[in-house]
Amino acid sequence: MNELAPKKLTAKDFATDQEVRWCPGCGDYAILKSVQKTLADLEADPANTVFVSGIGCSSRFPYYMATYGFHTIHGRAPAIATGVKLANPDLDVWLVTGDGDGLSIGGNHMLHILRRNVDLQILLFNNEIYGLTKGQYSPTSRPGTNSPSSPGGSVEPNMNPCAFAVGASARFIARTIDTDQKHMPTILKRAREHRGASFVEIYQNCIVFNDNVFGDFTNKQVAADRQIHAEHGEPLIFGKEKDKGLRFSPGDHKIEVVTIGENGVTADDILVHDETDITIANMLIHLDGHDMPVVLGVLYCEPGQTYNDSVGERVAKAKEAKPNADMKELLFAGSTWTVD
Amino acid sequence: MATQLAQEDESGSGKSSSQIDSVVIRFAGDSGDGMQLTGTQFTNSTALMGTDLATFPDFPAEIRAPAGTTFGVSAYQINFGPREIMTAGDAPDVLVAMNPAALKVNLEELKPGGTLVVDEGAFTERNLAKAGYDHNPLIDGTISPYNVIKLDITKMTLEAVKQFGLSNKEALRSKNMWTLGLVLWMYGRQRAPVVEWLEGKFAKRPDIADSNIAALNAGHAFGETLELAGDLSHLDVASARVEPGVYRTITGAEALALGLVAGSKLAEIDIMFGSYPITPASTLLHQLARLKEHGVVTFQAEDEIAAICAAIGASFAGKLGITSSSGPGLALKSEAMGLALTTELPLVIVNSQRGGPSTGLPTKTEQSDLYQAVYGRNGDAPMPVIASYAPGDCFDTAIEAVRLAVKYMTPVILLTDGYLANAAEPWPIPDFDSLKHFPVEFETNPDGFHPYKRDEKTLARNWAIPGTPGLEHRIGGLEKDYDSGNISYASDNHQKMTDTRWNKVLNIADDIPDQEIAVGDAGGKLAVVGWGSTFGPIHRAVKSCRETGLDVSHIHVKHIWPLPKNLGDLLQTYDQVLIPEMNMGQFATLLRDQYLIESVRFNQVNGQPFKVSALVDKITELAG
Repeated sequence: MNELAPKKLTAKDFATDQEVRWCPGCGDYAILKSVQKTLADLEADPANTVFVSGIGCSSRFPYYMATYGFHTIHGRAPAIATGVKLANPDLDVWLVTGDGDGLSIGGNHMLHILRRNVDLQILLFNNEIYGLTKGQYSPTSRPGTNSPSSPGGSVEPNMNPCAFAVGASARFIARTIDTDQKHMPTILKRAREHRGASFVEIYQNCIVFNDNVFGDFTNKQVAADRQIHAEHGEPLIFGKEKDKGLRFSPGDHKIEVVTIGENGVTADDILVHDETDITIANMLIHLDGHDMPVVLGVLYCEPGQTYNDSVGERVAKAKEAKPNADMKELLFAGSTWTVD
Repeated sequence: MATQLAQEDESGSGKSSSQIDSVVIRFAGDSGDGMQLTGTQFTNSTALMGTDLATFPDFPAEIRAPAGTTFGVSAYQINFGPREIMTAGDAPDVLVAMNPAALKVNLEELKPGGTLVVDEGAFTERNLAKAGYDHNPLIDGTISPYNVIKLDITKMTLEAVKQFGLSNKEALRSKNMWTLGLVLWMYGRQRAPVVEWLEGKFAKRPDIADSNIAALNAGHAFGETLELAGDLSHLDVASARVEPGVYRTITGAEALALGLVAGSKLAEIDIMFGSYPITPASTLLHQLARLKEHGVVTFQAEDEIAAICAAIGASFAGKLGITSSSGPGLALKSEAMGLALTTELPLVIVNSQRGGPSTGLPTKTEQSDLYQAVYGRNGDAPMPVIASYAPGDCFDTAIEAVRLAVKYMTPVILLTDGYLANAAEPWPIPDFDSLKHFPVEFETNPDGFHPYKRDEKTLARNWAIPGTPGLEHRIGGLEKDYDSGNISYASDNHQKMTDTRWNKVLNIADDIPDQEIAVGDAGGKLAVVGWGSTFGPIHRAVKSCRETGLDVSHIHVKHIWPLPKNLGDLLQTYDQVLIPEMNMGQFATLLRDQYLIESVRFNQVNGQPFKVSALVDKITELAG
């Protein structure tokens, strides 16, 4: 770093000289580009930035970032990242994982890093498949997914990553799509800005083993009618004509899609997104993009005390209470006797 | 076991019949009777009087097994006396049994003619049935071979604390203090340290403190009365002749915690300790959690794997990562140990071994994780392994583990066991200022930097930590190029990296002391070779045998991997090598693997430390 004339970094400055080894057309390329751009926009310091990952296609990510990086073992990135953050809370830590790494083998660690509220960003690339092991079904694969390990279709129900995050007491939950280069940087910026564990689910297309699995709501021709971009304080409106919206259906309090101007519905009837309301977040998270639009954006954000801050405060307090704590005093603590 | 080996007075254990060499007392009761507290308080009082001692707490895995049952019996044994004490004693001279179950489980061990103190008030029909007695052993002749002191401790305790108006249940909790008072009187121990401890412990419930003190005093006074009646005599046990210095009692877990903190101060970096609760390793987590003012951060992880992974993450970020567990937990950590090894990050892994396999015997001691420590990982994954031999030695071993970890950029396994973790001994407090610092130096120079750039001599890679400008780099579990640290699947490179990792660890043999002989000489009929917590019984047995003229020496190995360079040659100088181990022969296999030495194996996995007498018999058979 040149302190005299700080040069503004570009996305390219965050790229390493390593050849990227994802399949041509993989959604990971778009995410990499978006992350590099975001860090450049935010004038992040590469020396202070750490990417930690587990195992899987997504977890190769750190090798392509010209920051500090740790490609660890399957599922354990949250635990390693927690250690990094406890050792040096000033580091800007990003955790990159996938649906298999983060929700299957590493599901336990994901639960606890969210619960503890460790201050870092979690990017979960959800492609509903195991890619690097050649296409087996994952915990997010929909029932009936044909794969080498589920010939004739998988029989297991799938899980919803953001709903898992709610259950784990996450305080920042967001969703975006790999190819949406306009939307993703705004979400990444919000995630980095949030103090605490920021959970970002990224719908990521696996072109080889699960191509177009999110096509129902990501394909250009349907996107406008199948996606809602939630914004705090704004009505949940969508559609090509911006005339559709979500509201609580009178009587049963379920969420329903209505068209403004039809059946007496006005813009005022549309549910306004409140990202601090976990109940609204929970309902939006479960809209599945088939009968209902899929909700993207910051679904929930309610900052709280971070784990690393709490731990740091305890240590600081202990040091304050015993400013002269030294080894000798510790060795001689308790009852001693002298032999002459 | 307070004296240093080199300073032992070999002639000091002459057997004059008028002198008491040592006394072994076992306190046994229900796990809710507070026997561990009674034992530790007796230990403290004994230690403060300058008597040498060794202890053996033996308790069930269940926190509160159904009261009165044999599987709920908890015991605490202490051996103390004026001579050098090496073990907690083979068999008790005095057994204190607080209920029928405690009597049933422990009576067999009491020496013939030994003293038995029983609370006859607890020998109710109900309690007898719970312990599985058809007849009352107090009246059917079962206890006639012993010097029996039958007392209604239950009744006398209630009497002693009556004035405090406690509930019956609360009042009965002081039974152990009444008993402690009596035993303190029997051996001329002081009550003051116990009183002080009770006042501190129950500072918020002075009524409880007072009632316990009253019970303690009542037990003590009762001893004096008994003496007057001629039923019991009061014995004074002299202080041991030990090296001058300031002493404290210490358990292995306490010494480990102090040693790790001392190590971090000598390395001049702070500790991040990740651990998941497991018996008998949790004590270390408890100890370190209280030392935040020394820069120690403790992390109680969601599982064993997260515990080691957080420690690895901390080492990556520039702290000293330490993790701790027991056998089954170590198995869970294996994959992450491989990651620490291949990313060449410093890490200390403490394994307090217990009975295995699987969940095995959580509260009983064993040394059966040696294979796991030395061999138990995927790939060619060498790692230094060192073992503590006594509670106080855990301090030195911990410092050595930290030194090797930071100097060689490697995970280090420190083996201790359930016995060492809980056993106490007097410990000469070391002079911290005289210990040599080995400060960590992080890499800061970007010129020619890559993450696997090595020190030519130690082969340790440079340690560049996040936050350092210009040294941004990526590491991981995949094989990396020797010259750049980038991912490499090249065949020659993998060979070179494997060789390098292997040689780095083997080279540590140049940096550890030559193997010494704990007692005896090089060459001769028989060497008894041990490692870990078997030191005490082996040492005592070998010394006893030498006193009877047998040609036998004791060698105790601390550096399990790599082994001291002279060990192979040293072992070749003996006609025979006997290897007692609390496993089925794991160290014997390792020595055979390394030196082609055929040894006589002496294996025991009954959850208990070796008895000196058993070792003496075996040595006599081989060298007699």
